[in-house]
Amino acid sequence: MTLDARERQRRASTGGASRRPPAPLLVPALVGVAFLVVPLLGLLVRAPWGDAWRILRESQASEALRLSLWTSSVATVIALVVGVPLAWLLARSSFPGLRLVRALVTLPLVLPPVVGGVALLLAFGRNGFLGRWLDEWFGLTIPFSPVAVVMAETFVAMPFLVVTVEGALRAANQGYEQAAATLGAGRMTVFRRVTLPMVAPSLAAGAVLCWARALGEFGATITFAGSFPGRTQTMPIAVYYALETDPDAAILLSLVLLLVSVAILVALRDRWLRGGTV
Amino acid sequence: MSSRGLDARVEVRRGGFVLDAAVRAAPGEVLAVLGPNGSGKSTLLGAVAGLVPLAGGSIRLDDVVLDDASTGAFVEAAHRPVGFVFQDYRLFPHLSVLDNVAFSPRVRGRSRAEARAVAAGWLERLGLADLSRRRPHLLSGGQAQRVALGRALAGSPDLLLLDEPLSALDARTRLDVQAELRTHLAEFGGPSLLVTHDPLEALVLADRLVVLEGGRVVQEGSPAEVARRPATEYVARLVGLNLYAGTADADGVALEGGGRFVVPDHGERGEVLVALRPSAVTVSAQPPGPSSARNTWAATISGLTLLTDRVRLDLDGEPSCLVDITPAAVADLGLSAGQRVWLSAKAVDLEVYAR
Repeated sequence: MTLDARERQRRASTGGASRRPPAPLLVPALVGVAFLVVPLLGLLVRAPWGDAWRILRESQASEALRLSLWTSSVATVIALVVGVPLAWLLARSSFPGLRLVRALVTLPLVLPPVVGGVALLLAFGRNGFLGRWLDEWFGLTIPFSPVAVVMAETFVAMPFLVVTVEGALRAANQGYEQAAATLGAGRMTVFRRVTLPMVAPSLAAGAVLCWARALGEFGATITFAGSFPGRTQTMPIAVYYALETDPDAAILLSLVLLLVSVAILVALRDRWLRGGTV
Repeated sequence: MSSRGLDARVEVRRGGFVLDAAVRAAPGEVLAVLGPNGSGKSTLLGAVAGLVPLAGGSIRLDDVVLDDASTGAFVEAAHRPVGFVFQDYRLFPHLSVLDNVAFSPRVRGRSRAEARAVAAGWLERLGLADLSRRRPHLLSGGQAQRVALGRALAGSPDLLLLDEPLSALDARTRLDVQAELRTHLAEFGGPSLLVTHDPLEALVLADRLVVLEGGRVVQEGSPAEVARRPATEYVARLVGLNLYAGTADADGVALEGGGRFVVPDHGERGEVLVALRPSAVTVSAQPPGPSSARNTWAATISGLTLLTDRVRLDLDGEPSCLVDITPAAVADLGLSAGQRVWLSAKAVDLEVYAR
């Protein structure tokens, strides 16, 4: 065995032992990487690069993409407006049934999205127990509209934001809030000027996570909002239908979504790719 | 009865711990609250600041009731005219030094520009003007401490609370900051409550001392009084004295732990404390002959510790005792652990006072 100069330097400065991984760890790890990367390579290899622009234009991709972008953005804004106060309530207050509420709020994380779609339909559908009144009193029909897309996405994605922000609020040092109180800040001022800025990084991470989840939403959306091109057909749904009729278009649409996802990862690189904690 | 300043009788229960302490501080007075860890010092400050509600008693500041357990009156922390300097400073990490100091005037209703002007004034007074744009994590310990003080004062409080304000500083910085803090406390017009476990800090900064042990006030008085006549073992150790409890008779004191001191004309009767400076005790390797020292007793060395310029002997005997002698004396007498020696103390060095 020999030790080259660089490795000597590394061990001397960081004090670490050998970093050469043992085979029983290395082999499964490489299998894991391959499993995650190979399908994406498949997308790149099979993509009809020559006709890409024409196919994308004909496939109404831009319509689907635009719909996906604005609905997921609106869903994220709603999640922020409702979810941040909810996270605060879960992290900082105590009331009977708190644990039950927390369980219910996080339920959509583990619930199959299609079940969420069915539930939304039963509540807000034309014959749903709320939808019926909306229809009778205001003439509002929610299902199979862009509003339904936003609702389905919010339903599925908001828990990501709530869980992330709640964790940050729990971890935040409440000593700062005490200090703010002794300086004359009321509870709302403390929240606005001290609590929120201190959890801002987690808030941003939660919002991006929520947005990404909303962008990729399929099951709840197709169940509650259907698949009307230009109205409720979001990118994932467009990919799914294109796969049956025009596989080349499906591949290109998938690549567009892949591109967006990579952009998100790049945006979050400081938080996750450097091995830190959320 | 009308009175300016702080008048608090604080009763707080937390699990099995009970804090029951009365403190008063006049305007301009610095009251040090001294006590070991877990004695309830910080809880006392928390109660006065409104962070911990009272279970009993009341807190008044300049005749305004801040908390009264019997009537239920309670002023929220945000509405108390109190400045709090925390042990760990708690400077807001997301705000610049200037905005940290401007925080209190701002949330108390001043415009942003006014609040910043107030803050800039304080930073100027504290010699921190160059740092106003800096974030707290880039400050040294001493700078952070000054900013924390400035932030507390910028809200123009009527009462200042300081929780171990110097304990996070290294020894050298501590002396500088301590001197500055003394100046600022002297300029502050309201009462100040300073919590500390460092007796030197209390002696230097405070006008008056309250010693808290196990949630109760065990001694109260001027720093000089407390240092000369400690009321408990804890205080005696803090100020570096041997302390003995005993019963006084006409010409001496019978000690509770065994042994007797001869002290003519001490003027006390009954239960007393006797304080003895470690440096006032003489050590001999042989039984001493007749001398002016009225008290001589045998003891065994159980430990030797080198302090900066002297050696502290830990001696078992009747009574047991801490004695400070020079390293040269240790060498000359050939002292070592387990050795039997004779101690003597002059009656004039024994401070006898009622318990």
